Amino acid sequence: MSDLPKPEESLSKLDHEPPRTGWMDAPVDIRKGMYCYSANPKSLNYTGFPHAREWNPIEDDWKLPENWQEILHRGFRERLDRFRSVKVFMDICVRCGACADKCHFFIGTGDPKNMPVLRAELLRSVYRNDFTLMGKILGKLNGGRPMTENVLKEWWYYLFQCSECRRCSVFCPYGIDTAEITIFGRELLNLLGLNIDWIATPVANCYRTGNHLGIQPHAFKDMLDFFVEDIEEVVGVKVEPEYNKKGADILFITPSGDVFADPGTYTAMGYMLLFHYLKERYGFDITWSTYASEGGNFGFFTSHETMKRLNSKMYAEAKRLGVKWILGGECGHMWRVIHQYMDTMNGPTDFMETPVNPITGTVFENAKSTKMVHIMEFLADLIKHDKLELNPRRNDHLKVTFHDSCNPARGMGLLDEPRYVINNVCNNFYEMPANTIREQTFCCGSGSGLNAGEDMELRLMGSLPRANAVKYVHEKHGVNMLSCVCAIDRAALPTMTEYWTPEVDVTGVCELVANALVIPGEHDRPTDLRGEDLPGWAEPEREETDAE
Amino acid sequence: MNVKYMFSLVAVLLLILLSYAGAEAAGMKTFFGIFIPYIAVAIFLIGFIWKIVGWAKSPVPFRIPSTCGQQKSLPWMSYSYTDSPYTKTGVVLRMALEVLLFRSLFRNTKFEQHGDRLIYRWEKWLWLFALLFHYAFLVTVIRHLRFFAEPVPFFVQWLEGLDGFLQLGLPGLFLSGVALAAAAIFLLLRRMYLAEIRYISLPSDYFPLFLIIAIAVSGIMMRYFTKVDVVAVKELTLGLVTFGPTIPEGVGGLFYVHMFLVCVLLIYFPFSKLMHLGGVFMSPTRNLPNNSRAVRHVNPWNYPVKVHTYEEYEEEFRDKMVEAGLPVEKGA
Repeated sequence: MSDLPKPEESLSKLDHEPPRTGWMDAPVDIRKGMYCYSANPKSLNYTGFPHAREWNPIEDDWKLPENWQEILHRGFRERLDRFRSVKVFMDICVRCGACADKCHFFIGTGDPKNMPVLRAELLRSVYRNDFTLMGKILGKLNGGRPMTENVLKEWWYYLFQCSECRRCSVFCPYGIDTAEITIFGRELLNLLGLNIDWIATPVANCYRTGNHLGIQPHAFKDMLDFFVEDIEEVVGVKVEPEYNKKGADILFITPSGDVFADPGTYTAMGYMLLFHYLKERYGFDITWSTYASEGGNFGFFTSHETMKRLNSKMYAEAKRLGVKWILGGECGHMWRVIHQYMDTMNGPTDFMETPVNPITGTVFENAKSTKMVHIMEFLADLIKHDKLELNPRRNDHLKVTFHDSCNPARGMGLLDEPRYVINNVCNNFYEMPANTIREQTFCCGSGSGLNAGEDMELRLMGSLPRANAVKYVHEKHGVNMLSCVCAIDRAALPTMTEYWTPEVDVTGVCELVANALVIPGEHDRPTDLRGEDLPGWAEPEREETDAE
Repeated sequence: MNVKYMFSLVAVLLLILLSYAGAEAAGMKTFFGIFIPYIAVAIFLIGFIWKIVGWAKSPVPFRIPSTCGQQKSLPWMSYSYTDSPYTKTGVVLRMALEVLLFRSLFRNTKFEQHGDRLIYRWEKWLWLFALLFHYAFLVTVIRHLRFFAEPVPFFVQWLEGLDGFLQLGLPGLFLSGVALAAAAIFLLLRRMYLAEIRYISLPSDYFPLFLIIAIAVSGIMMRYFTKVDVVAVKELTLGLVTFGPTIPEGVGGLFYVHMFLVCVLLIYFPFSKLMHLGGVFMSPTRNLPNNSRAVRHVNPWNYPVKVHTYEEYEEEFRDKMVEAGLPVEKGA
């Protein structure tokens, strides 16, 4: 972050005026701070990807396989035949420009090739040249260009400057989804061993150990045991999470990022407290798994096949343990995969039952085939049926806003459940401006595997639209807490706020829930889960005692 | 001066010259009046169908609607019936709104930076002119059915009445023709003068606009200024659709220009972005319900993949698992 100028300077430098040279004629300039390191060949080899090698994006020679053009051409053809989305999206864009200023990376960088339309044109130009009659006859006049090494480098550079957030697809009159284009393009790049390490290594880790961070089973349990101790200190009760428990009613899966780094850890503690509460009060029976210890799926940022390989663990583990259904924690792209891909890829799931909330009896009809329920749906149902004893005053020190994560918003439609939960556990909730939330939400700038350290300029500038809306509610309402339901958000947004709005902190919604949740047998809780004093908390309690 | 639109402009001007000179000077009226129209319609129909079939042959492996509103989840929580449709009816409504009212474009915003504030303003002009353009085009096309049917169908007469309700001048002014030209010119100017849009535009974006403007202008000229012999024109057009084509006397070169440009548009159509007319119906982010967790979507090419099984996992970590007190399948 030290390389970056002060935020005010970054803002005043912003320039969205396109250059004079046409985009086809401007060679790619791979700039430090904007790209991620290339994939470690060991990681690629572990999961069986072709052409694993050491290569450096800023060097001229990418050590491409000799027949790389042929590989790409064949890969392109195969995917046109497999995905109607790609085929239609290659043909029907009219370049109306509605998407141009919708991308957070374009807004934050001013680089015209970050306009969604141009990102797609990078691929379309090759498509028109190689696969269409008009392109073959008219060539460049029809917007076609041959695949060269420069074009390939451009693909790589800009396909890893897209976070697959789908904001542009909301505005496109034909629903053209740049996420589809990026997913497809990255799949092609993987045919040539051109992944980034921040994706390839988590994928290899997840394949081996069950989670992106490579946490082995005993260590995973150790980390949760730390939380058990922390919770005991703050709340005064000892929670007892179950692991790999056969015959449990429900399997819980959440991103591993939350067992690893703050503030996600507090969200993880939130889950543990919630489950403890439900167990004490209602005999709720849920288990964690070390084998399926990852909700996220960086395979999704690699290829459809890799996504399926990593995702397979969820159903496999549910089957092995014999659970009735699966509960999923707070995560963004994890939920896109679960909601729109999992059942198709790894179903059907006859070995489980239609999810029923054992406490309220609610049947989750909307999840009857996939058999996986979002924790916000689950919580909203519990709260609606008055099954949680909540004291929202314990979040009174917070003025909260909510960041809709891209995938739950635009790949699922999970918009009102988290708001319902937040409004029941907090007294001070403020929405950001309408054009920056719900289906129009802005990405954190680090989605789709781009939350590395070396591309910090890209991440911070990409987070500008989100940060600017946070700043607005901070200044207007004094908002000091940015809540979200995504583990990548919890990893990325603190970096964003540190740069753009240092007065605002980041939290998962389940942390807010756990703060407000009145746990049976808890001792006096003058602090929140983070161990920070709740201002004015102790006094009214004492007064009441005095009065008695 | 921008080479991208100059090329397209010159191309359209050449096409105009070619057809005018061809029909007037070279006497190739049969070629431009009979041969080209048949070829154009054949290419259009075959090309259009070929393109749609081509798209349809590729499966939709995953159900991936862009959800633009609240999902259907808990029974007491209201959901967005058309922006996040759960039912087939919802999808049909969503598509109808998209196709008939350009619903997504209606959301359009314009990003502006004011000092350290970023603002996204509602931007309705593109939506408005796009809608005007397409409806004016539709009305114009329907009006032209008058030339291809005898007697003129009632709905064409009814639409003409509506279109000419101003009762201005003689022959009465049709709003649709003027609106079509005006909207096309707006879309063209937008492309030429907005820096971002100019940057992303290709010659193939300007070409159809120039072509359509030329079609509209030549039509307007024939109707209001050169006063083409409508009876003779209808003799020609009726002859074409009844497969008894004739070239009547008294139809001027301007008519052949008009018809030739329409033919070029028809021929160009299936091979260009104009296919968004068909493609808009086939976009998987719009035409599928958001019920992926309730109803399983089947991927026809779903193939088995190599996975890391629990057994392999336990095999590798069994000792550590046992030591940590984690349950294992096989006793250590």
